[in-house]
Amino acid sequence: MPVGLAFDEMKGTDGQVRAPYSELANWLGDVKADVLDYRRREAELLFRRIGITFAVYGEADSTERLIPFDVIPRILGAKEWDLLRRGLEQRVRAINEYLRDVYTRREVLRAGIVPDDLVFQNPVFRPEMNGQKVPHNIYVHIAGIDIVRVDPETFYVLEDNARTPSGVSYMLENREIMMRLFPELFARHRVAPVENYPDELLATLKSVAPDSASGDPTVVLLTPGVYNSAYYEHSFLADKLGVELVEGRDLFVKSGLVYMRTTQGPKRVDVIYRRVDDDFLDPLSFRADSALGVAGLMSAYQAGNVTLANAVGTGIADDKAIYSYMPDIVKFYLGEEPILKNVPTWRCREPDHLAYVLDHLEELVVKEVHGSGGYGMLIGPAADKAQIASFRTKLKLNPKGFIAQPTLALSTCPTCVDAGIAPRHVDLRPFVLTGRDKIRIVPGGLTRVALKAGSLVVNSSQGGGTKDTWVLDR
Amino acid sequence: MLSRTADNLYWLARYVERAEYLARILEATQRLASMPLAYIGETNEWESALSTAGCSSAFFAAHEEANEATVTDFLAFSTSNPSSIRNCFEVARSNARAVRTALTMEMWDAINTTWLELKRFGNRPSSREELARFLTWVQECSLRFDGSAYRTMLRNDAYWFSRIGVYTERADNTARILDVKYHLLLPAHEHVGGPLDYYQWSGILRSVSALTAYHWVYRESLKPWLIADLLILNDQMPRSLASCYENLVQNLDRIAGVYGRQGPAQRQARSVRTRLQNSKMDEIFQSGLHEFITSFITDNNKLGSAITQQYLA
Repeated sequence: MPVGLAFDEMKGTDGQVRAPYSELANWLGDVKADVLDYRRREAELLFRRIGITFAVYGEADSTERLIPFDVIPRILGAKEWDLLRRGLEQRVRAINEYLRDVYTRREVLRAGIVPDDLVFQNPVFRPEMNGQKVPHNIYVHIAGIDIVRVDPETFYVLEDNARTPSGVSYMLENREIMMRLFPELFARHRVAPVENYPDELLATLKSVAPDSASGDPTVVLLTPGVYNSAYYEHSFLADKLGVELVEGRDLFVKSGLVYMRTTQGPKRVDVIYRRVDDDFLDPLSFRADSALGVAGLMSAYQAGNVTLANAVGTGIADDKAIYSYMPDIVKFYLGEEPILKNVPTWRCREPDHLAYVLDHLEELVVKEVHGSGGYGMLIGPAADKAQIASFRTKLKLNPKGFIAQPTLALSTCPTCVDAGIAPRHVDLRPFVLTGRDKIRIVPGGLTRVALKAGSLVVNSSQGGGTKDTWVLDR
Repeated sequence: MLSRTADNLYWLARYVERAEYLARILEATQRLASMPLAYIGETNEWESALSTAGCSSAFFAAHEEANEATVTDFLAFSTSNPSSIRNCFEVARSNARAVRTALTMEMWDAINTTWLELKRFGNRPSSREELARFLTWVQECSLRFDGSAYRTMLRNDAYWFSRIGVYTERADNTARILDVKYHLLLPAHEHVGGPLDYYQWSGILRSVSALTAYHWVYRESLKPWLIADLLILNDQMPRSLASCYENLVQNLDRIAGVYGRQGPAQRQARSVRTRLQNSKMDEIFQSGLHEFITSFITDNNKLGSAITQQYLA
């Protein structure tokens, strides 16, 4: 996709600087290249010293690597954000309704909105959750919704992340570092703060404690441990939340209650913000070979004595196979038109869709239904003949395993590259918190940027970087 | 706090302390080994450095001969020696990473910077000057870490567990030096070394950074029984066994105070401290310096297990 055709967050399609970017454009015009470069190196040094690194699976050599940080912010005007905020809230409300329904009355299946087999034959569907009541009927307490933009008015939801979405530490640290490096830029803008995210998260988590918990519930963050790629984020969040960062071996279950091992003996745990996947949560219920989980945790959960955030089985909401039904799901539960659109999606399980996809592989993006992290996908326009041929075979063998979407002209944002400042494609992951009392969304999110010219893949595991995201308060 | 967190803090502090101690041993050994034999006698200082570091058997399982190159490599840089300086810092940093939330930014920065710089020293120094720079750097890292802990940590159980790690390790280190070199410290009429020992004595003091302290405390030339007194019973001396136990008792008592409960760890620490308080150097010599040190090392290990059982497991 040639970058020139994409909508630019700063310069639109006609080269005119858009209003939210006017101050930034002036500043970029004034600032000397070496100043920018110097700040850029300073930012890297800060990140390195703070220790924000992530591990890339499959790279034996670099167990800890920095995600590149771009110092030019991505800016959203107040109106743009208002649209996003309403759309996100709506979407997450629908996701929670849908999950409750799928695991209880299944009206959405009976009404034929979502095909049965997509739910029941889906490995992320958890039969253990059938008929299971979850505290306050909330399944997805923390959602990360990936948004892309193609023109001034159109934001698409690219993906819902309803299991253990990550990246929020970058949102917070990017802002910290930007404020340290560019105080004069902040003086020229009115940027809505994001630093209250940990407080909002803690309030959300405490609000969903089981009824049997004490007045001041004990919250912990469960991490798979230091070898997990998002470990830095786990420790960062636990620190900001002021809660214990626990591993499976720190917890145990006795008489249906969950306890952590402390220097003062066992202490009861009420809410677990878990960053461990369903499969590894409890060796007695899921994978028996998991050393990351807590034996008996599911039984405590099923007895209603502990809240897991997010709930078990939420994958059935963010699975790529379910994604294409999301607009109907929103209408079904809320009776409203979706504020945020889906990317038009061909379901290869449907024969006419498959036929279209096979005919247009050169122009489509084909994704594995159960893939993530930008792995195992075909970007038609960037692929060579051999890759396309091999995908064609895969598709024919297992059409159900794939969906296809048009190659979107993702919006671009000015970005520091070797040759100066150039437009690069971006997406946005805002974080939506659902508590018993209300939905909370901190203005902003994580902007990911594809640093390679023309690349559309923003995943950090594939060479993507991040930017600070500014929401202007007017 | 989580038992695992306390355990990590305790070992983090121990490993940093151990790295510093190994650097001091290597410095002192280097100094002794470079003297003419007429001044220090027919000893293999490198072998003695290995025993002081407590890793002779591991060393000789892999090497034939203890000399400057092999021992320096083994104690400072070897990846196969779990207690080499390099591994101490590696383990310290991975412990720190596992308990990021319990460390202050300054402490994390100290240990993380150490770990990042460690990579720059490569596998082995190209010259004695470079080794000397490395050993100085190791001690600075430990000082920086310790200083960060002292100046920035909240005074709560996390701090006390980390202090307990420092003092348990330090007591063990001082006792090990005494264990290996005790024969040099026996009163004059009991041993056969003579003036050769002067440099050995100053070597011992250097390895616990107490040479200057000795002169301030005793205002005398080096006397072996005074050196023993300084390292064992003198509670002004931060690396003496008495001082370590003074601190261990204090920190364990603070934990017991806040938790509202005492246990075997507090009792063990207090009984060792009482023994040190009630001892006199001449009595220790009479009943056997070596026996005294050996039983101290056993007691110190017992305290380590008691702490682990009571709090860290």
